[in-house]
Amino acid sequence: MDSIISVRNVTYEYREEETVYAAVKDLSLEIERGSFTVILGHNGSGKSTLAKMLNGLNKPTSGDVLVDGINTKDESTEIEVKRKVGMVFQNPDNQIIASIVEEDVAFGPENLGLEPSEIRRRVDNALKAVDMYDFRESTPHRLSGGQKQRIAIAGIMAMEPECLVLDEPTAMLDPKGRAEIISTLHRLNSDKGITIVLITHYMEEAENADRVIVMNDGKIIADNVPKVIFSDVKTLKSVGLDVPQTAELLYSLKENGFPVDTHALSVKEAAAEIIKAMRSEE
Amino acid sequence: MLKDITFGQYYESRSLIHRTDPRLKTVLLIALIVFIFLAKNALSMGLSVLFVLSVMAVSKVPVKLYLKNMKAILPVLIFTGIINLFYGEGETLVSFWKLEITTGGIYRAVFMMVRITLLIFLSSALTYTTTPNDLTDAIESLLSPLRFVGLKSAVHTLAMMMTIALRFIPTLIEEAEKIMNAQKARGADLENGKLTERVKALIPILIPLLISSVRRAYELAEAMECRCYNGGEGRTRMKQMHIKPRDFAVLAVCAVVCGGIITLNIMF
Repeated sequence: MDSIISVRNVTYEYREEETVYAAVKDLSLEIERGSFTVILGHNGSGKSTLAKMLNGLNKPTSGDVLVDGINTKDESTEIEVKRKVGMVFQNPDNQIIASIVEEDVAFGPENLGLEPSEIRRRVDNALKAVDMYDFRESTPHRLSGGQKQRIAIAGIMAMEPECLVLDEPTAMLDPKGRAEIISTLHRLNSDKGITIVLITHYMEEAENADRVIVMNDGKIIADNVPKVIFSDVKTLKSVGLDVPQTAELLYSLKENGFPVDTHALSVKEAAAEIIKAMRSEE
Repeated sequence: MLKDITFGQYYESRSLIHRTDPRLKTVLLIALIVFIFLAKNALSMGLSVLFVLSVMAVSKVPVKLYLKNMKAILPVLIFTGIINLFYGEGETLVSFWKLEITTGGIYRAVFMMVRITLLIFLSSALTYTTTPNDLTDAIESLLSPLRFVGLKSAVHTLAMMMTIALRFIPTLIEEAEKIMNAQKARGADLENGKLTERVKALIPILIPLLISSVRRAYELAEAMECRCYNGGEGRTRMKQMHIKPRDFAVLAVCAVVCGGIITLNIMF
């Protein structure tokens, strides 16, 4: 497997005066280049701490994180790592630096010291990639939450990273904004080959991912394709995650003796599964 | 209520003054103020007045907006006028106690008031025709020679602070409004009572606002780090400011006016 990020036996400890609290415990993980990975977990599962380690914002207490073979602990290559792995946070308001959309998107490439014409090209491309080109001269505070978050994504995309790590980018958005962000991410993944690592606690955002990792108490407790993860209703519930309604329905049907396949994810598939089961009953 | 506050006073239009390079506008403002203060007779002052009025006309900004700025400094203007009345020589017109108003004093007072008025109009012409962002860039660019005396990072830091402050003003206003509504819903009375009571009522608004600003600042710093921000060193800019032919024309007009003021001063 060609990994863009390798996490090797990583532990991260927070120190608060005398007490030491491990947010991530001896965790290992490989992120495949070009993949779409979703990391699920409830609050306090260590998923945000892990996310911030993927681009060197947090340095592991022990173990190593390698980005394209570069250790994030090496201070001389810090910029290189952040250039390869871009990071988007929860609150779009706290990520936007300039009062004009295109000037904000230009902030990253400007920091890289690129030529003005090259910055212009990247800014235009990034804004087109998130479908916000028409808003390039607007001011961010007049935009909706979903639009602002797309500007934040464009700001990272303008640095032309290979991988995008998003730490609960939809947590503060309304359903429309959430849908905008998720479809933007899938488009970046399929059209531009950007590796996506999406951290969330919304189960339905994981539906179309290549791989779902479930975290609890600083450890990985499940790692598989969405269908398999979602059919494991018992595990998901035990770590306080909501299960998609279809999975839950099929799971209880099966528990009560109906011959259904719990791997069906979409409403359509689930309906077909239930009809099939009812026919076979007759 | 708070939404009415607009920061900066940019007035959208496409006039010649709007399109003039912001750096040039800033420098010309300073130069013109100096020359207006040098004007010492009726003719040179008349030329200054004429020039400022034509700048206002060309800027396409409504006169009402200029007058609005005037209103704020009216007390200062009147105070300066009154003080100047008593300084000056010439024929005494009125005298009481130890003070006397002379013809020279009246002349002085009128001149001072006209100068201050022109100064306000001219600075308003700059802020009405230049966006806060352009103004920040102009200041950064004009202060950039300071890098030769080892102040490069200071200039960059100042400009970055201004950019971020401008960006966060609307966000913090929105937040303050939310907190005020939340406190009102809990029965806080912000509008009535004595001044001390109203000031006290502000404390439960300012403290949450301060805490949330610190949290925002922390998150912003992380986001900036993720975008490879490393201070001003090696940074380039997407938007480059270029001096255009019309900027030279504007410069020439201003130079002629300044020369005119000096000539009229000497000749009459």
